[in-house]
Amino acid sequence: MPEDKTIQELGLDEYKFGFRDPEEYFFKTPRKGIDAEIVAMISKHKNEPEWMLEYRLKALESFFEKPTPQWGGDLSELDFDEIYYYIRPMENQGRTWDDVPDDIKNTFEKLGIPQAERETLAGVGAQYESEVVYHSLKEEWDKAGVVFMDMDSGLREHEDIVREYFGTIIPADDNKFSALNSAVWSGGSFVYVPPGVHIDIPLQAYFRINAENMGQFERTLIIADEGSSVHYIEGCTAPTYTSNSLHSAVVELIAKPNARIRYSTIQNWSHNTYNLVTKRAVAEENATVEWVDGNLGSKLTMKYPAVYLMGEGARGEILSVAYAGDGQHQDAGGKVVHAAPNTSSLITSKSISKGTGRSTYRGLLKVHEGAVNSKSRVECDALLLDENARTDTYPYIEIEEKKVNTEHEATVSKVGEDQLFYLMSRGLSEEAAMAMVVNGFIEPIAKELPLEYAIELNRLIQLEMEGSVG
Amino acid sequence: MLKIEGLRAEIDGQEILKGLDLEVGKGEIHAIMGPNGSGKSTLSNVLMGHPRYEVTGGAITFMGEDVFELEADERAKLGMFLAFQYPSEVPGVSVANFLRTAVNSVREEELSPMAMYKLIQEKMKIMQMDPKFAERYLNEGFSGGEKKRNEILQMLMLEPKLAIMDETDSGLDIDALQVVAKGVNELRGPEFSAVIITHYQRILRYIEPDHVHVMLDGRIVTSGGKELALELEDKGYDYVRQEFGAGTQS
Repeated sequence: MPEDKTIQELGLDEYKFGFRDPEEYFFKTPRKGIDAEIVAMISKHKNEPEWMLEYRLKALESFFEKPTPQWGGDLSELDFDEIYYYIRPMENQGRTWDDVPDDIKNTFEKLGIPQAERETLAGVGAQYESEVVYHSLKEEWDKAGVVFMDMDSGLREHEDIVREYFGTIIPADDNKFSALNSAVWSGGSFVYVPPGVHIDIPLQAYFRINAENMGQFERTLIIADEGSSVHYIEGCTAPTYTSNSLHSAVVELIAKPNARIRYSTIQNWSHNTYNLVTKRAVAEENATVEWVDGNLGSKLTMKYPAVYLMGEGARGEILSVAYAGDGQHQDAGGKVVHAAPNTSSLITSKSISKGTGRSTYRGLLKVHEGAVNSKSRVECDALLLDENARTDTYPYIEIEEKKVNTEHEATVSKVGEDQLFYLMSRGLSEEAAMAMVVNGFIEPIAKELPLEYAIELNRLIQLEMEGSVG
Repeated sequence: MLKIEGLRAEIDGQEILKGLDLEVGKGEIHAIMGPNGSGKSTLSNVLMGHPRYEVTGGAITFMGEDVFELEADERAKLGMFLAFQYPSEVPGVSVANFLRTAVNSVREEELSPMAMYKLIQEKMKIMQMDPKFAERYLNEGFSGGEKKRNEILQMLMLEPKLAIMDETDSGLDIDALQVVAKGVNELRGPEFSAVIITHYQRILRYIEPDHVHVMLDGRIVTSGGKELALELEDKGYDYVRQEFGAGTQS
């Protein structure tokens, strides 16, 4: 395919996580492509209740009915018939790392997952292809009644809760990709935090695609009950193949009154991955939801984390940073809907474009009638690293209430010759000077991440930028 | 230390420096004075290697090395320093982080974080700066005086062999001017040379120059001792134009 050559030529094959394991699997759908038979096969394989199978089949119909969206990035090369929709790497999920087969374990060790768990995390989930291969939660949180397991186990062990909330925030027919995910979902996390429980260190899930032409469709549901709090972090990588992979997740968050959820993402997909994700949260009375979203890698990302402020005094914050290098398009942003009085929101979007990279901010701010005294601020800043890089901003604002306060600010800046000269005159190489400007630019977001992740984010951007200075 | 011979340079096709000669010895402080538009700032930028200026003739050698082919960072590593007239803002990068990176870039061995911290504290004290200043983002929202102090702070941290000061005194009140002068005098010694580029004579009351040069229309037209600065103050630049202007209009 022509892109392979381009990828090689552009030197993007230096993608650090591009290594791959041999493909030996416990179960894989017998063919590529999607139809009712494949969906039924996945559901049967998972021993799901009948209602879930029906849910999936209905979602599949929506998927077929809905046209591929034309308003965002270029999806013309995404061929749904060339994707494997379900691959199960091993028979049973591991409770300790020893249970995980060596090759998969090595993969996660290379990615630094077990080390991270020991030091800084309350719990870890690791998904490989379609299934979560390892899951753990520290005992103190288990005792406090916290549930943190893969979504399939969640469906088995907490069917009533899952049935009550699953698909209520993001209905299957919300959009083509939520429909696809609802039809073929597998893995992802199910989190429930009981009232008043504050998990003070993060839970982390890691998603790894290994197989070629793989589609990963994890499904995450997080419920923070009244007055509780949780920070959930996800990381993602995939090897570089000659043909495209697809990652299409659905993430639903529910913050009950006075609860707080922070969901942080550092995505670093290989440059042949379509990353088409639907993320939406509901914040009830005085609850807070924060999305911190780092988008690196991928061929095309379309992702607009949303917060629906449904209860009085609810607060939503979306911080996103995107890096679009050569041949990449990051179409990202955020959506906030104010549906109750005295709600407040902040969207901060930072994008960096380099070479033929393109970054798009696409956001919606909606204030319903009656959401009096709502406050909202949208700030999107774009940084262009060279002459050809491109950025676009599509901020949609719909305001039905008069007594509100909204602000919108957008800036586009270029790394200037004078700025680089200034830093270089102090001994910094051109690369180091460029990296310093970029790190400074994303600092408002990096400082919201736990230190290790902030360092990782900076490091990943530097890796992406290496050799970018001519 | 620094030798400039017949330097010609242009920006956007317009020649600004028209055959400039200057020699600065080790441990010497030189002042270059001149009216607006005489090419003073161009000279500072060309000396440090700003990519927007094109050098079309002549030579610059620093410690015997031809610096034409060197990028700004390589010149910094040789011991050259430019205190900017208009330092750039770098949002999100703290002064402390910038100083650490800069110092470790020019040094052969990195300083330990503790030694670095002490060094920053010590130099900030000399410049009479609040320690909180180190946490502010580089030049963002700084007043004119804060920017200039910050430039001199960087100079104290980097300990260059040659400092070029591009109108560091302009826009400073007398207190700030004294602090800036104190910073420069701190480094003064047999191993430190400086070229102080200025429009006015008053900074030279606090930093006594060994030599004073007058620049006009891209050239040095006359040189002398520190008394030349006083003479200029007295007679004004119009006198210089009449004397050396060679038909140029003011």
